[in-house]
This record gives sequence, C-alpha cells and structure tokens, in this order.
Amino acid sequence: MRKSLRFLPLAAGLVVVAVLPRVLYPPVALDIVCWALFAVAVDLLLGYTGLLSFGHAAFWGTSAYTAGLVAEHTGAPFPLAVLAGAAAAAVLAVPVGYLSVRRTGIYFAMVTLAFAQLMYVVANQWRGLTGGENGLQDVPRTLFGTHPFGTDLSDPYYFYYWMLPLALLGFLAAWRIVHSPFGRVLVAIRDNPARARALGYPVHRYKLVAFVLSAALAGLAGGLFAMSHQFVTLDTLHWTTSGQAVVMVVLGGIGTLWGAPVAAAILVRLQDILSLAHFEEVGLLTGGVFVVVVLLFRRGIWGTVAALLRRWRIG
Amino acid sequence: MANFLEQTVNGLVNGGFYAMLALGLAVIFGMLKVVNFAHGAFYMLGAFGAYLCLRELGLSFWWALPLVPVVLGVLGMGLERAVIHRLTRLDPLYNFLLTFGLTLILQDLVKWRYGVSANPYEVPAALRGTLRAGSFEFPAYRVFVFGFAVLACAAVWWLLTRTRIGMVVRAATERPELTGALGIDVARWTTPVFGFGVALAGLAGVLAAPMQAVNPLMGADLIIVVFAVVVIGGLGSILGSVATGFGVGIAVAWAQAYAPPVVAQVLVFVVMAAVLLWRPAGLFGREETPA
Repeated sequence: MRKSLRFLPLAAGLVVVAVLPRVLYPPVALDIVCWALFAVAVDLLLGYTGLLSFGHAAFWGTSAYTAGLVAEHTGAPFPLAVLAGAAAAAVLAVPVGYLSVRRTGIYFAMVTLAFAQLMYVVANQWRGLTGGENGLQDVPRTLFGTHPFGTDLSDPYYFYYWMLPLALLGFLAAWRIVHSPFGRVLVAIRDNPARARALGYPVHRYKLVAFVLSAALAGLAGGLFAMSHQFVTLDTLHWTTSGQAVVMVVLGGIGTLWGAPVAAAILVRLQDILSLAHFEEVGLLTGGVFVVVVLLFRRGIWGTVAALLRRWRIG
Repeated sequence: MANFLEQTVNGLVNGGFYAMLALGLAVIFGMLKVVNFAHGAFYMLGAFGAYLCLRELGLSFWWALPLVPVVLGVLGMGLERAVIHRLTRLDPLYNFLLTFGLTLILQDLVKWRYGVSANPYEVPAALRGTLRAGSFEFPAYRVFVFGFAVLACAAVWWLLTRTRIGMVVRAATERPELTGALGIDVARWTTPVFGFGVALAGLAGVLAAPMQAVNPLMGADLIIVVFAVVVIGGLGSILGSVATGFGVGIAVAWAQAYAPPVVAQVLVFVVMAAVLLWRPAGLFGREETPA
C-alpha cells in the first residue's frame, strides 16, 4: 500500500469513533468500543502469537468486578477504577498464563476455558463480595464529581467521550505491541516455535508476556464495560463471553487488528436489533456466524478486503 | 460411614457421566483430531430426546434408552459429513470453533422452541425404590446408572481392543498414513466414529434425564468440567478419560460431603492446574512432539 493510503484506515477509524454515539444509540456505541477492545486483546494472542484463548472472559470479568467494587467502595473516579481492574486482570494472568502456555493449540484453548470457568464458579460462590447471581448493582460513575466541566456523566452520550481516551490508549498499546520488535518475535514464535527457540528466544516467557499484556487489555475493556453499564453480572465471566470475543476476531479476520473492531461493531449492532425485536436466542446469530465464517470465510472481513486491495493493485 | 458410602456411590454415578462424555471426546479426538465442543449440547439433546419421546410419542424410558442415542448418532454422522469433514485438513482449532458455533445453535434452537424452564422427567417405575446392602440403602436408579456407565465403558473398551473394527480405528488413530498404505480407507471410518462418540454423549443424556431437570443449558457447564477431566487424563487416552472421569466424580462427591461448597466446585480445575505443572501431557497422556 502507498504510504499515504496507510493512514487511511486510521483516519477513517478515528472519524468513526468520534461520531459513533451521534449515529447510534449511545449505550450501543459504548458496547461497540468495549467489545472492540476486548476482541483486539484476543487477536493479539490468536493472530500474533498463535494462541487461541477461550478463557479471556476471566480477565474481562475479573476486571469488571474489580472496577465495580473499587468504584463502589472507594468512590474513586472511573478511570482509576478501570485501571485497577486492568491491573487485577494482569495479575491474574500471571499464574493462569504460566500454566496455560505449557500447552499449545487445542489444549491451550481447553485449559484457558477451564480456568475461566474456575473464576466463574468462584464469583458465583463468593456472594458476599460479588453479589452472586444478582451481581453488582448501581456502580457509581464519577470524575471530578458527577458533572465534569458541565457534562452529565450519567448520560451515556457524554460518558462515551470521557471513556474514549482510555479505550484509544488500549488500541494504541495493541498497535505498538504488534509493531514492536517484541511483536515480531511473537509472530516468529507463531510461525515456527522450534526455530524461534533455536534462535535463542525463550518461547514460554514470550508467550507468557504476550498473555499478560493481552489480559491487561481485555481487563481494560472489561472495566470500561462495567463502568458503561454501571452494573456487573456473572455473564461477564461466562464462557459464552469468551466465545463472543473469539467470534469477533474470526469474523473480522485473525491477525489483522483492524478486523476485530469492525466485526465487533457489526455483531453488537445486530444483537441490539435482535433484542429490540425481543428475539432472545442470540446464540443462533453468534453460532451461525461462527459456522459460516469458519466454513466459507476463514480470512474474515479485513483479510478479504486486504486481499482484494492487493489484487487490484497488482493487477 | 453410611454417609461416606452414600457419597462414594454418588461420586461413582457422577463419575460415570464424566467418563462416558470424556470417552466419547477421546474416541472422536483420536480418530479425527477434533475436540468436539458440541459434546455437551449432544448430551443435552439426549436428555431432551428422552423427554420428548415421552411427551410427544408416549415412549417410555426403556424405548428412549436405545432409540435416542441411535438417532443422535445418525445426526452426528450427518454433521460430520456436512461440515466437520470439510475442515479436517486444516488446523484443529477451526473445527473447535465450528463445534463451538454448533453448540450455541443447538442450545438456542432448543431454548427457542421449548423455553429455558426445567422439565421434570420421572424415574422409570422399575427403578424407583432403593437397594439394600446390609444396613445401607441406595436409590436403585443411581445404582443402575453406575452399572450402565461401567458397562458402556467396558463395551467400548472391548470394541476397541478385541474387534477388527477397533483394530482399524486404533491403527488409524496412531498412524493414519501407514494404515491407509495397508489398504484401509481411513476417511471412511471417521464418520461412523464421530457418530459413535455423539451417540455415547446422547446415551449419557438419556441416563441423566431422570436425575436432573431437563433444560437447554444442562450440558453447557458440564462440558467445561469434562474438558478439565480430559486435560487431567490426557486427551486421546481411552483409559485415561475413563479412569479420570470416575476419579474426579468420587473426589468431587467427597469434597461436597466434607468441605465447604466452593471446594467441590473448584476441585477439578485445581487438580487440572496441578497436573499441568507436574505432567503437562496429562496423567495417562504421552508427551506431544515438541512444537
């Protein structure tokens, strides 16, 4: 791609996030941004390290609960609560990642899935802290009080613009990681772990660091999600949540970074339309997308578009 | 002591379900290299099948017991032919994702048609009482389920180790190319093996119907526990999946009786973590060839 064209997606992306809550119902716009960041975190592992985590709900949910609890009990401004959540997710990812990266491929998927279920069970049992099946209700959302600079923070429209910088920071971090020397090593490990090891790279340690970084980003997204909804439920830790993030990555295009947010926007919007029509079996949509994409469309949206662009340019 | 025995029997019954499900997963994985996420959904369909047999067709438990697994087995074979087969040459992760998608579809189809509420299913009349052994009493149905699970696992073991079909399947599991070179059409065997694994999950579902409220999500969380069982035992190991299934069942039952409730629920995952530390390939598994 020509150099001027390379910034086209970035410019387009920034315009889209800037106008999103004006075009869509603001709570939907908030969901899109949170899920997009979550999916990018999963893509960081799947697309750039070759590890399919089917348990990222553990980090999304742990951060959501942590952020919710911090905001509720300390009255901390929401960005601090969200960062506390992301930190908690990263801390949790150290032991989980340490154990999980011992296996690869399908085993890695199953092991991460099981660890996420462990977190789900613990949250369900630890009612005193998490509220069990009721979840956390009425999580306060503050930043210099409830009306920073004359905007109403309880209004999702204004909150969107207050949370956006944090989310963009997350996207920027993912972009930096992928395009850093560290990211190149991850890709080398994905493509040929034996060669990477032979070249002297400690493969397990690289995978673990990638895992923790990805978990921190998923945590950032989860914390923002908790603040957007002002409640946290057990669903945030359930394996269907992990699956939802994975389907976004696969639909968008594995290893493209840009694909996941596009797919997140499409799926969140479709689910919103379905729920407005009082159709509750969202699994038919998510599952159907999984089956169709995996069977017919494995490059995903972004991968297909990129391939078309390349073909036109060449010939 | 009476309590201890009772809990052990309960553990063996639950272990029987884990063992049957893990066994089906292991057989399918061995032959197709597919981890079938939809296994829990097929288990749920088994229970629902038994429930619908009674409600719609008036067929009793004893009819459902052979009928539902056969129907599900045929359905599984159809699915293998239609979709799973197309992906077997790719990274196994694609089939994992595909069967995950199928799980969501199957679950929500049932939910959409029959709602999420639990449907009671009565224990068959002949098995309603209790069995006495000395001073101990056990519910007859649970003893039946345990016996049936052991029988089913033994039958599969016999099929795999003592028959020509089993020999072909084991050979194709170990060295597919070499088996093909000996003139055996390996691809022809993948469909029936998948159907067989699905039927086993369906059988477990029918057996579970009288013990649990039949509902669309009954397989959803169970499958994750079975995954943990399979990781502990070593995926692809037939003996490992059965032994670990029963072992986990008993351990969980004991924990339920003698420890705070959270312990029983997290036990299987904690054991999995310990096994990953100590023997990453699983208790009965062999080391993967290093990647």
